[in-house]
Amino acid sequence: MNSKITLRRFAVGAIAAVAAFASLGAVAANADEITGAGATFPQPVYTRWAEQYAAQGGDSLNYQGIGSGAGQNQIINRTVDFGASDAPVAPERLASNNLLQFPAVIGAVVVSVNLPGVDGNALKLTGPLVADMYLGRVRMWNDPRIAALNPGVSLPALPIAPVYRADSSGTTSIFTTYLGSVNLAFNTTVGAGSSVSWRAGIGAPGNAGVAGAIRNTRGAIGYVEYAYAVENNMPTPQLQNRNGQFVRPTTAAFAAAAATADWAHAPNMAASMINTAGAANWPIVSATYILLPKNPTDAGRSLKVMQFFDWAFKNGQPAADQLHYIMLPDAVRNQVRQRWCQVQAGGHAVWSGCR
Amino acid sequence: MSMLALNRANYQRRKLGSIAMNLACTLAAMIGIVFLALILITLLQKGLAGLSLSVFTENMRARGGGLGNAILGSLIQTGLGALMGTPLGMAAGVYLAEVGHNSRFAAVVRFVNDILLSAPSVLIGLFVYQLVVLPMHGFSGFAGSVALALLAMPVIARTTEDILKLVPDSYREGSIALGAREATTVGRVIIPAAFGGILTGILLAVARISGETAPLIFTSFNSFNWSSDLTKPMASLPIAIYRNAQSPYPELVQLAWTGALIITFGVLLFNILSRLSHHFISGRR
Amino acid sequence: MTAIPIEGSRKFHLGDSAFKALLLLAALIILATLGAILVILFLAGRLAFQQFGLPFLWTDAWDPVRDVYGALSPIIGTLASSALALVLAWPVGFGIAYFLTETCPKFLRTPLGVAVELLAAIPSIVYGMWGLFVMAPLIADPIQPWITANAWMIWIAAIIALYFAFSGVVGSALGRTGLARIANGVFLLGALAAIGYFAWFRTDLPVLPSLDNPFWWWFQGGAIGGAGLFTAAVVLAIMILPFIAATSRDVLLTTPQLLKDGGYAMGATRWEVLTGIVIPAVRGSLFGAVFLGLGRALGETMAVTFVIGNATRAPDSFFAPTTSIAALVANSFPEAVNGSLKQGSLFALGFILFVVSFLVLAMARLLLRQGRMTG
Repeated sequence: MNSKITLRRFAVGAIAAVAAFASLGAVAANADEITGAGATFPQPVYTRWAEQYAAQGGDSLNYQGIGSGAGQNQIINRTVDFGASDAPVAPERLASNNLLQFPAVIGAVVVSVNLPGVDGNALKLTGPLVADMYLGRVRMWNDPRIAALNPGVSLPALPIAPVYRADSSGTTSIFTTYLGSVNLAFNTTVGAGSSVSWRAGIGAPGNAGVAGAIRNTRGAIGYVEYAYAVENNMPTPQLQNRNGQFVRPTTAAFAAAAATADWAHAPNMAASMINTAGAANWPIVSATYILLPKNPTDAGRSLKVMQFFDWAFKNGQPAADQLHYIMLPDAVRNQVRQRWCQVQAGGHAVWSGCR
Repeated sequence: MSMLALNRANYQRRKLGSIAMNLACTLAAMIGIVFLALILITLLQKGLAGLSLSVFTENMRARGGGLGNAILGSLIQTGLGALMGTPLGMAAGVYLAEVGHNSRFAAVVRFVNDILLSAPSVLIGLFVYQLVVLPMHGFSGFAGSVALALLAMPVIARTTEDILKLVPDSYREGSIALGAREATTVGRVIIPAAFGGILTGILLAVARISGETAPLIFTSFNSFNWSSDLTKPMASLPIAIYRNAQSPYPELVQLAWTGALIITFGVLLFNILSRLSHHFISGRR
Repeated sequence: MTAIPIEGSRKFHLGDSAFKALLLLAALIILATLGAILVILFLAGRLAFQQFGLPFLWTDAWDPVRDVYGALSPIIGTLASSALALVLAWPVGFGIAYFLTETCPKFLRTPLGVAVELLAAIPSIVYGMWGLFVMAPLIADPIQPWITANAWMIWIAAIIALYFAFSGVVGSALGRTGLARIANGVFLLGALAAIGYFAWFRTDLPVLPSLDNPFWWWFQGGAIGGAGLFTAAVVLAIMILPFIAATSRDVLLTTPQLLKDGGYAMGATRWEVLTGIVIPAVRGSLFGAVFLGLGRALGETMAVTFVIGNATRAPDSFFAPTTSIAALVANSFPEAVNGSLKQGSLFALGFILFVVSFLVLAMARLLLRQGRMTG
């Protein structure tokens, strides 16, 4: 009975395989892992902090950059331990979903282009002009409006290819808020939000996807968080700020804008740093926020999240500097620690630093 | 012109026409085959460039790293999915071949099975999200396995039915004549006889589900950690390729190509194994 | 000698029915799965239909800021990319099938056939990656600029192909009657006139699409980085190519050799045997293979998401970025809040996709089965 023996062997093999899988589970399960999901805007600095934290004996962090909108959704569904969003969540939604929102770090959105012969910060653009590009009103790079701002630059006769975020993104929210505030047509036609109805261009997923699309497309213009542009040596044009000055995207310019934030009066600590007044300010700066459940079912995990960010507030400056993010001012960090007391389990605060 | 000459001229024209069309078809075939060969060559070139031990031993990271945890996750979820889908699929296939035969009900089941076979996998992902992920309050490797099982089940049902129909009726008659129950007939006579073909079906199903991406996006999420905990999010190779391919960092794109090579190689291996099993383990007398 | 157990005869029957019940359960589970998918998609999606009504199907909008959603752009993107993919893939796939069954040297037949079937098994994400890194840059430069500059050539080729298709259809419908000749003649005149127009008036097209000349704007439009409808169609075509080739080859192989031999005996050429005998005999099954390929192309996610451009606008040219149902769902679902209108719209889109796939696949099955019976 040849086939019977084969059948038996097969059955034995299958059982062995199942046992092997099961034993793998016993060996490699990682129970101390914190899961977080959301914005790709701060992903470089969060993952760097996570690596350093784990190296110093802290818990391991599994952060998935799936976009701010998806991050908000996941924490509302309580499928992750914390959500990350650049777009601050509306107070009613925070309340109805029992979420605590606090800023973690500050970063900047820059515009990047792919134009032959244009490198670094050579190109000068204004907010209204960029908005018109995304509306499809300015369609060629040698358009007189662009040429007027850049007398010394030879602009090719290339069609402008705007690139935006295909997924729901806080970076989009920051960028469209800026464009809407400087271009009325953009505000009425497209509006501001994590996901908008773009009039022109193509969508790519994630900050990484947009950066990739810009790099691969001649004549492209797109918006990314500054770290992505720097890491990839992409050209970052100057933008004209509210004071009429053309500013280069530098950490100093970001810090200047961040300094104007009014933390004291911002609801849920969502202070705006977009299109701020100041000669040296970069116009598109924003904090990025963490969302924690106020009524966690597993208080231990929320505590681990707070411990991670506490560590980052104390030791995260070098990584942030390297990646061109801006740490929150000291006072704001303490304000955040106070807010952690709102996370309650079993009638008392989870965070150990509360009275 | 004589009839013969007319016919000859006519025949020349028709022959030319036939040769021309033959050439056109051959040309089309060449174009198609060349394109497909190009894809394989590109895959080999780019994938091999990044192949090294670290790809298998290191986990996915934001920069650099490898595909180790993704490969493990794929193995686990594919294995579990096949394990869950095989009994269901085989039982359905046995039903269609042994019990249902050509009844209206069996025809409906067959039809529905074929629809499920070719249904867009992204919709299966949505389905499992509602069914498993939401109630479990979290992404998990288990949900991913369920999605893969649902994709494997129709394949196995179809191939099981096809192969069982090929087993001669004399087997069944002999078994029943000896007084065996239906279960014994099926389990100890028919299935061993058709074993090669059933294995073919299982391997085909495994080949199919190991390459699926869309259903895993909504069910097992992804992970940067070396984990085989089924109740937590789990990495998988197709998702790793998907995320890495869109990254602007060259080493991650390289990893994506290598991952694509690994997956293609795995799928082809399973396909070839399934053909071999059909050939060599047939149980024919 | 084994005796029929009499004492246990009651258990005998119970075991039998229990076993059959288990099998029936498995069959019911298959039915239930399809039903559950349909029900869940419909229930979750009815929010969109309640809010927007039937016009949801033909509204071109996807505005998350104002919470207004319409399914037109993903539906058009899905249908257009699949149809274009089929147009591109079917001739080549059929050519491969014909090559494998007729003209290929015998020693190559099995290896090539196996190779084609193996290629059909390659995961779609590999095609997506290849499309993104190899095909898209190629299309961005030089393919799309060439097509835009030489759109008149494409028109002429299309007219010629249309003429052959037309005369083929007329020939099979009306035979060699006078009516057929007249119809053919009229169409030929029209085709020649059109060819003359395009050859004479070929224009230098501006880079950007403009609606001034409707014959040309379909071929304009910048393929941004090579991402757009055309690229997605090409990638899809290459993906379903081995599938169509393998299925068509199987169909061609089922033609009884007797029929073909009869044709050859009467002096028909290879091509005449193919068009006059084989294809009419297996026409239904061939269409079934086509519909099967279409069904596969409709639901493709990974191969398409990379290269279709992700613009929720209906395409206004072959190269415009657009989206498809599967791509839109894959991109937008993770962020849609539970119970929101956006999520409802996505589920509604999923429901529409499932219904369309269902119809196409049902059609394919019917045709394949019919074709098999008339063989």
